[in-house]
This record gives sequence, structure tokens and C-alpha cells, in this order.
Amino acid sequence: MTALLVALGGAVGACLRFLTDRWVQARHDTGFPWGTLVVNATGSLLLGLLAGAGLFGIELPVLHPLVGIGLCGALTTYSTFGYESVRLIVDGARLFALLNVLGTVLVGLGAGATGLMIAAAAWS
Amino acid sequence: MAFPSELRAPRRPASGAPLDVLGAVAVGGALGSLARYGAALAWPGPAATLLVNVLGCLAIGVLMHTITEVVTPHRLLRPFLGVGLLGGFTTLSTYVTDALGLALRAHPALALAYLVGTVLSCLLAVLAGLVLTRLATRGLRGARR
Repeated sequence: MTALLVALGGAVGACLRFLTDRWVQARHDTGFPWGTLVVNATGSLLLGLLAGAGLFGIELPVLHPLVGIGLCGALTTYSTFGYESVRLIVDGARLFALLNVLGTVLVGLGAGATGLMIAAAAWS
Repeated sequence: MAFPSELRAPRRPASGAPLDVLGAVAVGGALGSLARYGAALAWPGPAATLLVNVLGCLAIGVLMHTITEVVTPHRLLRPFLGVGLLGGFTTLSTYVTDALGLALRAHPALALAYLVGTVLSCLLAVLAGLVLTRLATRGLRGARR
């Protein structure tokens, strides 16, 4: 049952990442991978919120596997982030590569921490 | 000789993506997420996330060099393997909450090492995947001649 929820959330998360990335990338022409950054930030915020609920003893028997492991896990990606960063380096866009790596880690951490704080405010 | 673009590329609806592409992404995403879940059950904690992310990055390097430089892939291969399977397998959200968890449990140095270590190993893994595949496929072409 848990595995089924993970698979379902993963299918939805991957599709949302694909559609969001296409939508975002079609709306600028800078060569910067904004689409991946957007899905990574969104998924980190959402998982921070769920993890925060867990810290305050809120049990999420369905939401944790479905949204936490499945949807957030698949909405966010490390492989595309890594590939796009290496491509930027190889293509000579080193400033964009550096901004992408630092920006993704810092924005991801900020989003996750924001989720934790919202959870703390809601349930503590 | 030029063909009208309609003959070469399947038309897609004005909004969204063709359904078979979305289906390939969804099935890949489900399988990748299950594999990541299995790894987390086998090795609880940040170690599984690190392993999954490095493996996924190595694989995306192999895949991307193969489908951009070596073969002309089926149109559903990249949506299935790249966007779906590897995108669903690797994760940034768990990486972030792993690091925040380590910091909250008073291991800030370990959290920082995990953050930096994952980024560096993943970028190196992508590069290794690209370069090793390039070397391997060059060898193949040489042998055929």
C-alpha cells in the first residue's frame, strides 16, 4: 500500500516537474535553468512543511508516502540540476553555472527551512 | 531536401504535452520513486539520498551523451529515462531536509559536509558519465572500422 502511494505520488510529481519546466523555460530566453530551480524550491518547501509536521508529532500515514516521498521526491530532481550545471560549465557559462549551484542549494535550504517554520507556527 | 515541419515532428496540442510523452514521464517517475524509496528502506538516513543522487547523476551523464551524440533515440526515451526515471529517482527536497535535520540535531559541521559533498560528487558524477560514455563509444567506433 505504501509503495503504491509512493509510485502514484512519483508519477504525478514527475509530470508536474516536466510541465512546470516547459512552461517556465518557454517564458524566458536567458539560458538559465529557472524551471528546475522553481520545481526544486517548491518541492523543498512542501517537504519542509511535511517534515515539520512530523517533528511536532503529527502523523501523516497517507500524505507522507504520497506527497512527501512520492510527489516531493519526484517533483524535485538532482540529476537534471547536475546535468544543467555541468552543461553550463562545458558551454562556458561559468557564472550561470556557479549561480545555479549556489542558488539551488541556498534557495532549496531556504524553502525547506520556511516549510519547517510554517509547520512550527501551525502546530507548536 | 526540406520537408514541411508537420511531416517530421508529431503535432502537439497548443497547451501541454502529447499524452504519450506525459505517460512515459509518469511511468518513469513512478519507477524512479519506488527505487529511491527502496534505497531509503535499505539504508535509512542521508546515506541513501547521497547514493541515489550520485548514481542518478552518473546515469544522466551516460544517457545524455548517448542520446545527443551517439544514437538518435526513440522520442519517448528521454521523457521516460531522463525526465521520469532519473528525475524521479534523484531528489533535492530530501537532500535539503536531510541537511536541515542534521543541523537541527546539532550536527552543523556534518550538515555542511553533506551539502557540499553531495553537490561536488554529483557534478563529478555527471561529468564522469559524459566523459566515460564518450570514451567508450569512441572505442566502439574505432573497432568497427
